[in-house]
Amino acid sequence: MPLEQTISDIKESFPKAVLGVTEYAGEQFVHIKGESVLDILELFKNDGFDFLADLTAVDNLTLGGFERFAVVYHLLSHKSVMRITIKAYVTEKNPTLPSVESLWKTADWQEREVYDLFGISFEDHPNLTRIMNPDTYDGHPLRKDYPRKGRTERNDFPQVIRGIRKENDSK
Amino acid sequence: MNHVTIEPPETDRMILNFGPHHPSTHGTLRIILELEGETITKATPEIGYLHSGFEKLGEDLDYNQYITITDRMNYLSPLCNNVSFSLVAEKLFGLEVSKRTMYIRVLMCELSRIADHILNVGMLAVDLGALTAFLYGFRVREDIYDLFEAATGTRLTTSYTLVGGLMRDIPAGYDKAVLRVLEEVDEVTNDIETLLNKNKIWLDRTKGIGIISKDDAYSYGISGPLARAAGIEWDLREKEPYSSYEDFDFDVVIALNGDVFDRYLVRMEEIRQSVKICREALEKMPPGEVNVDPGLGFSLPPKDEVYNSIEGLIYHFEVTMPNRGMTPPIGEAYVPTESPNGELGFYIVSDGTRTPYRVRTRPPSFMNYSIFSKLVVGHMLSDVPAILGSFNIIAGELDR
Repeated sequence: MPLEQTISDIKESFPKAVLGVTEYAGEQFVHIKGESVLDILELFKNDGFDFLADLTAVDNLTLGGFERFAVVYHLLSHKSVMRITIKAYVTEKNPTLPSVESLWKTADWQEREVYDLFGISFEDHPNLTRIMNPDTYDGHPLRKDYPRKGRTERNDFPQVIRGIRKENDSK
Repeated sequence: MNHVTIEPPETDRMILNFGPHHPSTHGTLRIILELEGETITKATPEIGYLHSGFEKLGEDLDYNQYITITDRMNYLSPLCNNVSFSLVAEKLFGLEVSKRTMYIRVLMCELSRIADHILNVGMLAVDLGALTAFLYGFRVREDIYDLFEAATGTRLTTSYTLVGGLMRDIPAGYDKAVLRVLEEVDEVTNDIETLLNKNKIWLDRTKGIGIISKDDAYSYGISGPLARAAGIEWDLREKEPYSSYEDFDFDVVIALNGDVFDRYLVRMEEIRQSVKICREALEKMPPGEVNVDPGLGFSLPPKDEVYNSIEGLIYHFEVTMPNRGMTPPIGEAYVPTESPNGELGFYIVSDGTRTPYRVRTRPPSFMNYSIFSKLVVGHMLSDVPAILGSFNIIAGELDR
């Protein structure tokens, strides 16, 4: 099995970086440390995983996990028709990991989206700016501690009181 | 979305704001173009105008409720989104749906693909000044939407699938209605190709424009008709079959040049293949139920039973009450599907409660659009609508 071969290769080459391998519904998930993501993904790319299908993140605040944030990479190998998911964990204090833009150009926009919505920064990214929200936006909406109700904007609106004010209401 | 500071040009460069309300963007896209004469030297796409926080919203809705949100993503083929989301949820729950459900889903997906491709080709044509092809296509798309209305009750916000089945079975006599429309589709496809394939203006405007190379397609995460037009033989329906696509006989369409014309050709041929799949699905349509047993707590029981029997009423409550209903095991799943624009996938993380912990959409438009700024450089200003039209960017899916 080439996929198991690849995973065991990765485990051998990076014994400290690989946190574990799990499986759910036939899919393989490799859990790694954030700082070595570039090296590990390069190894996967050389092993035939030529397509970064998706790059996203999960905030593990209430779910629990190795660290607070997991950046999730869905890789696809066109040749052997296989998929694998890599989850790179970063801490809450220092949510930073290397950018994989040098391996796949598609990571450019996807990392910008993760930066915008989760506040995770990517080192050596060519243009790490917000992509969905305005530059002046405060906060990172997909974090679990960000409320679903509008917080800043609603409070910023000036209050307009219409109609005739009765004397009782003046206070 | 950025606040772009526009510096005064040093040479006779001109900065042109394309969108967000330009008619040929077909959605709220903005591109800041730098022009040297009429040649584009730099393009900066701005997105996020339609960002509506669907992924955040999904963390507060249960699995069946979120299907209504998926309608609003790619609003040209909502049924494909519905099916895609249901497949991921079913994988997460470990559910197996009936064969009939799978076949109806295939039928609906392919009808959506026809509608999407026909509209896209028509839009591309109308942006380049060929109104007739657009009108031909739009009329038959209207008939396909009537089919959707007959099956799902609505034309746009279909919400047809449920986790573990479908909202309801297709009505009696549906196959005859579909076959009649498919004949029209065949005619219209031929008509459009007769109008465009050898049209000198069309060829001049589309051939050699916006060429995506094979390596770029891999690197930029391009999928769907764009990748196939660049010569990548990759169709998820064939390579990683879902919803029993392996039962159907169809060809994967590829072209070799990767320009606007090839993307148009791929889409036209894919319409023919979809027509073939639709006919096959109707022919082989297996009998049976479309939902898993309501006793499992997934699908709603038929309305007759809800109103006329106590068991039906109890089952209905079991599904809909906020402290009951379906709860998946803790886990995560990703299922890629071949939507008309490319690889559409949902990635769901579940923490074992009624609502997903995280719902991520892998929007094909987003990945496809990221190569746009590279493609237009060196082209003329009038090629921008052609390239943009051939990409079929749907703002609802792009920004979510």
